[in-house]
Amino acid sequence: MATVSIRDLEIEFGNLKVLRNLDLEIEQGEFIVLLGPSGCGKSTLLNAVAGLLDVSAGQIWIGGKNVTWEEPKNRGIGMVFQSYALYPRMTVTGNLSFGLKMAKVPKDEIDKRVARAAKILQIEPLLDRRPAELSGGQRQRVAIGRALVRDVDVFLFDEPLSNLDAKLRTELRVELKRLHQGLGSTMIYVTHDQIEALTLADRVAVMNGGVIQQLASPKEIYRRPVNRFVAGFVGSPSMNFIDGRLSVEGGVASFELANGKRIDLAGYEFEKPPEHGRPATLGIRPEQVDLEQRDPSSRPIPVNLTLLEPMGADSLVWGDVGGTTFSVRIDGDAHVQTPSATDAFFQPAYASIFDLASGQRL
Amino acid sequence: MASLTANAPVEPSGPRPKRIGPGRYGVYAFLIISALFFLIPLYVMIVTSLKPMDEIRMGNLFALPGSPSFDAWIKAWSQACTGLNCNGIHVGMLNSIKILIPSVILSIAVGSVTGYALSFWRPKGANILFAILLLGAFIPYQVFLYPLVRILSMVSLYNSIPGVVFVHTIFGLPLMTLLFRNFYAGIPIDLFKAARVDGGGFWAIFLRLMLPLSTPIIVVAAILQITGIWNDFLFGLIFAGRENFPMTVQLNNVVNSSFGEKEYNVNMAATILTALVPLFVYFVSGRWFVRGIASGAVKG
Repeated sequence: MATVSIRDLEIEFGNLKVLRNLDLEIEQGEFIVLLGPSGCGKSTLLNAVAGLLDVSAGQIWIGGKNVTWEEPKNRGIGMVFQSYALYPRMTVTGNLSFGLKMAKVPKDEIDKRVARAAKILQIEPLLDRRPAELSGGQRQRVAIGRALVRDVDVFLFDEPLSNLDAKLRTELRVELKRLHQGLGSTMIYVTHDQIEALTLADRVAVMNGGVIQQLASPKEIYRRPVNRFVAGFVGSPSMNFIDGRLSVEGGVASFELANGKRIDLAGYEFEKPPEHGRPATLGIRPEQVDLEQRDPSSRPIPVNLTLLEPMGADSLVWGDVGGTTFSVRIDGDAHVQTPSATDAFFQPAYASIFDLASGQRL
Repeated sequence: MASLTANAPVEPSGPRPKRIGPGRYGVYAFLIISALFFLIPLYVMIVTSLKPMDEIRMGNLFALPGSPSFDAWIKAWSQACTGLNCNGIHVGMLNSIKILIPSVILSIAVGSVTGYALSFWRPKGANILFAILLLGAFIPYQVFLYPLVRILSMVSLYNSIPGVVFVHTIFGLPLMTLLFRNFYAGIPIDLFKAARVDGGGFWAIFLRLMLPLSTPIIVVAAILQITGIWNDFLFGLIFAGRENFPMTVQLNNVVNSSFGEKEYNVNMAATILTALVPLFVYFVSGRWFVRGIASGAVKG
């Protein structure tokens, strides 16, 4: 168990700066998820923590020790890869014990630790098999076991579930969470899958362009995204964005659509007092819109519905508001006429408003 | 036309595609001609080596031997004269084996390590180093000969088997490095990263992880080196010394000894004897060879 502290980290490949002035403090036993689109630098950050990449500037501390230039094996880390990276010519036992043999752990201790890890991960019947004889899920368990036997302080996961099919992914996700609760180790987990991020993490770091955009609890990330990028990246389908401007009259803030129609924003918590006339974007999640007014604080917004997508438990209704695409998630049994023009209702308290130019939350 | 009933199996309709077209005949003709092109010389050599000189003088090159005998083979093996010695070419075969075995093992050992280092560890300047190494492979050997002779005589390795082994190892290095580097480039980098996180060092990762994966490329490298070094003439002639001439050099001496009548049957037998090792390697390893070449293309 250890804290991880990344201070002013910078990594460049040639002239390309992949990470810029990155700071990240991870507490002992915390489950941190690095979430972002491909190329955002999340895997680079993980590799730097593992010691597999040279750092251009800044420091990495693990467990109160500066390990910036330390070999991977001396950092107290274990790593699990998307491609499993099992040693093909060794049995499962060989794979699990390789690291211990390298560390010259005595034979009986190795046996004990391999047996324990195999028990935790329920791979005891597979110990004599080779990786080629295992299924994807089993391989990933062995890969996790390889970190487990070494009693590492920090687990690093590089998209560990991305190569698995949907059903297995859900199963292993739950197991990972259980494993974390059981071990209490610090875990850093890289993914581009927001469901994994939101379900697993204590805190999520949403990254883009080599910079952490927001570091917060999954709920906070979902509820109060700090900028338009985070708002658009987290949530599926993506948040609806409608451009317009703010209007403040007599201390009451409202959002003015392009056609001049105003929507009362009573209930929305502004970060700082709103300015009259500031160009802004109104962001509303599809699941926070309804086609009926169920709450007196809900505000109507006129929408043209064009298409219905049934998805089982619920349905998506696609349409537009003044030309911008707009989606609404409704109950799967609800009946909706398409195409039609109607009012959609949302509660300003659950919406987000961003500055049009900078994309920052207002 | 049978009408379809509910239970009848449905037959494919339309004419059956033709299996053998004129194009196919052309391919076969080409293959047969190519095979003959390579086999006829071999046939002539074998037939001639089994004939006594009387029959050869009659000039029927393609005729089967009237009274086949292995006398010429025995003579080539143990009595043929190379220069002043008349011990046959079996001395050369022993020399060739003494040169071949350490050269093949050493060049593969060194090449695999350099290939591994260049593809996984990528020291600073690795690409430049590799480019220089490859460039070295394209410079004609003749340019290196004299400096190498000087260097070897300075360290007293000139005219010795270790000397010629050293030369073969050096000249095998570019190709061996290229071969192993490209092979290792096809191994997922995550495997290497995982081993590093697990605490593997340079040699541990190489010996325990990479080498067991390298069988196909080692076989390819061995085939290339065995045939290349066995067939070598120049380095053996220059660096091995009179006592250690490899078989190729001795064959040349046998064939070119110019007193009396040319013993074509002995020359043919000696040539075939010299070619036996590469021939054997190709027969035994043909399947492996193809597998090694293809192994880069398909993920294991």
